[in-house]
Amino acid sequence: MNVNRFAGRWRRSLAALIGSGVVSITIVAALAAPWIAPRDPLAQDIGNRLQPASVEHPLGTDGLGRDVLSRMIYGARPTLGLAALVVALMVPIGLTLGIVSGYYGGWIERALMGVTNIAMSLPQLILALAFVGLLGPGLLNAMLALALTGWPAYARLARAETARLRRSDYVAAAEMQGIVGLRLWWGHLLPACIPAMQIRLALDVASIILIASALGFLGLGVRPPTAEWGMMVAEGSKVVFDQWWIAAVPGVAILILSLAFNLLADGLRDATDPRHG
Amino acid sequence: MPVHRLVTGVSSLSLTLAGLLLITFGLSRLSPVDPALQLLGDHASADSYAEMRRTLGLDAPWPVQFGRYAQRLAHGDLGTSLSTGERVSDDLRRVFPATIELATLALSVSTLVGVPLALLAAWRPRGTLDAAVRALTLAGNSVPIYWLGLLALYLFYAHWRLVGGPGRLDDAFEYTIEMRTGSVLLDTWRSGVPGAFADAVSHLILPVLILGAYALGNVTRLSRAALLNESGKEYVMLARAKGATDVRVLLGHILPNAAGIIVTVVALAYANLLEGAVLIETVFARPGLGRYLTTALFAADTPAILGGTLVIGVSFILINGVTDLIVNLLDPRTGA
Amino acid sequence: MAEDTLLSVRRLSIRVRKGREVRTLVDSISFDIQPERVALVGESGSGKSVTARALLGLLRQPLEVHAERLQFDGRDLGTLTPAEWAKERGASLALVVQDPRHALNPVLRLGRQLDEAIRIHQPIGAAERRRRIAGMLDAVGLSAARVLGLYPHQLSGGMAQRAMLAMMLINGPRLLIADEPTSALDAELREQALELISALVDGRRMGLLLISHDLRQVARYCDRVLVMHRGRIVDARPAAELADSPHPYTRLLWSCKPSAATRGTLLPTPADWDAETGDAEQDLQ
Repeated sequence: MNVNRFAGRWRRSLAALIGSGVVSITIVAALAAPWIAPRDPLAQDIGNRLQPASVEHPLGTDGLGRDVLSRMIYGARPTLGLAALVVALMVPIGLTLGIVSGYYGGWIERALMGVTNIAMSLPQLILALAFVGLLGPGLLNAMLALALTGWPAYARLARAETARLRRSDYVAAAEMQGIVGLRLWWGHLLPACIPAMQIRLALDVASIILIASALGFLGLGVRPPTAEWGMMVAEGSKVVFDQWWIAAVPGVAILILSLAFNLLADGLRDATDPRHG
Repeated sequence: MPVHRLVTGVSSLSLTLAGLLLITFGLSRLSPVDPALQLLGDHASADSYAEMRRTLGLDAPWPVQFGRYAQRLAHGDLGTSLSTGERVSDDLRRVFPATIELATLALSVSTLVGVPLALLAAWRPRGTLDAAVRALTLAGNSVPIYWLGLLALYLFYAHWRLVGGPGRLDDAFEYTIEMRTGSVLLDTWRSGVPGAFADAVSHLILPVLILGAYALGNVTRLSRAALLNESGKEYVMLARAKGATDVRVLLGHILPNAAGIIVTVVALAYANLLEGAVLIETVFARPGLGRYLTTALFAADTPAILGGTLVIGVSFILINGVTDLIVNLLDPRTGA
Repeated sequence: MAEDTLLSVRRLSIRVRKGREVRTLVDSISFDIQPERVALVGESGSGKSVTARALLGLLRQPLEVHAERLQFDGRDLGTLTPAEWAKERGASLALVVQDPRHALNPVLRLGRQLDEAIRIHQPIGAAERRRRIAGMLDAVGLSAARVLGLYPHQLSGGMAQRAMLAMMLINGPRLLIADEPTSALDAELREQALELISALVDGRRMGLLLISHDLRQVARYCDRVLVMHRGRIVDARPAAELADSPHPYTRLLWSCKPSAATRGTLLPTPADWDAETGDAEQDLQ
């Protein structure tokens, strides 16, 4: 696959552009939170609680008088942080297992693909709940559950690419030049997996965001008073019939971020397969 | 009947179930919560703890423990809930039907709307309907379902008073209806109490529609993809060459060939809806496995957590696995 | 135009539009078909297959079809609506294609597919349909009892080809377009298939448009041959005169095929021949 042509089409896909734009803005905002958030997200002001939007509090205040806007900006951190952790764990594991099984074939491939199929059939949300419920709340345990159920997809696509290339002239030429083992995998097999991996990754992150915030909503995510979108929705649910915005606004953020990743995936898919859709 | 294919499918299914068991077992053993502590409280003596641990079989090597665990499960023994004091299997039998009811109704909505929608979209590819389907799928995959439920509750219940609120019945009925089957529709119907069934429906509309909409996007998109994939094939062209109209080609030729995939897609949606129901039950305060599970999570009620996880996990695996098996066996090309 | 002309084509062009690019696949070809056997021969990419589909109105966006005249049995095909096309296909015009096992619906039994072919066009009762199906299967050399309950993948290549013929001829069309009907068959079966097609076409006094890349093969089975190269008809003559055709491309195709006579010599390739020299198109009246 011609990388330049791929990049060109990527630029031309509106969906990918919008998606990546929103994602970048969110990541930057989350990282720059201490500087761009107008107020301390933990600062309570009981006298001023449950206020609608105003000049001082553009998104109003929550049940403890905390500025919703600031909590929103800080709230991106746990969500993105979890997503990053999960990705950092499941992608390398998945790709490695996939390349190994695709490269060696035979019983190694069968065994690894067997494990992959099993892990792939497990329910993500429920296991995340179980992990968190039994091992204790917190990002780390949720990450373990999501990584455990997430790596199979990458193993599969890496295996498919590797198996396809293993017998190709491309790899044969490299091997004849003496490029073998890890160098071959890193420099030749891995890059071939990247296009499919990108799409899968964007989709997975979108879904991780939803699951992470669901855990927060159920109170199984970060501990209060840390700001986290899912938890904010839960807090807002207690007063939703009167101060509906406290629950609504964080949900919109979750929606937008998840949508951005889905758009990115759609755009990347269009870039690699113009026939699609 | 290709026996070897059946055997492969079943053994694959068994292995997956075994994998789930391993995970749940591993979680229970790795849990920082000490069962002995949970049962005896803080103030028992060291000897009592040791005694309790022996009674619970926690001193045996892990493989042995796993073997016993699997054996107990095979007999339907899921332990005793620490919060309710009942046998977990009894608890689950009480609460699971409500969740199944919710998920099944939602699935009906997604399928009855989604598949025809997919047919329409496949009939006129690249049209406006097609774009609408893509947008719907995108939205469905991006929206946090519990948030949607919450807002819907606010809008349709609190604000416009169109539907019933949280809970499965109004308080007036909640205590007069005897819940025998666990399914609120069945029980209110059979009770004969006037207005009860309608009340049950009004409380069900919102959660069912939201769950249904949630799965709709994917059902439609994947079904449409399967239909379009078939429509490029040679036999479709020949069917048209035979003089078959577009409609006949779509329904009589393309659909039967895509049916396998569509059934698989629907099964997948069903499995996902079971997970989604967990969240919706919490938002709508409906009794069911989801609420049971989340309550257990907060109470650190280990047996209940494990039991609930297992039931949903096993359902998830079985729905997908059995569907795959059946679709494979029914395909004339590979099966009978 | 002769009295019993079945198909009359004038300046048929087929183009494909991709964004701003327009590529011409077939460039202004013209020919007539009586109740006779005509062959359309060319290499792959010459436009012959797409022509076959255009004659049945089966081409869709981004392919565009333009013709000054496209008439079947006196009826104008160029202005047909999709519903009208559906009435013509399978009833007046028939198509058989290259790979029969993929051209038949994989999940329907043969009996049902044959039955459907009749039901689409003729409202006759089940018993009569069964009779016709049995008769048609007999005509193609298949045993109804054996094959009606089978799925396409359970048939051999030859059987599937016959089944496809039966399905397409059962309504008595006047013209059969056969697009490379033997290419997917083993060599021994090819002769059989062409014999069968010839017999059926002659017996029902149909016209046949046989599309192939094998010039010598069609020379044996057809009355007239049209040679296509890169979207144009470059030569048109009776089959008997093919071997001595003055046209260089025809001679090239004729001699391309390895045989005892060419043993030990270097075979010519079409690349040797410049497409720009030697365009010929004969208007046949």
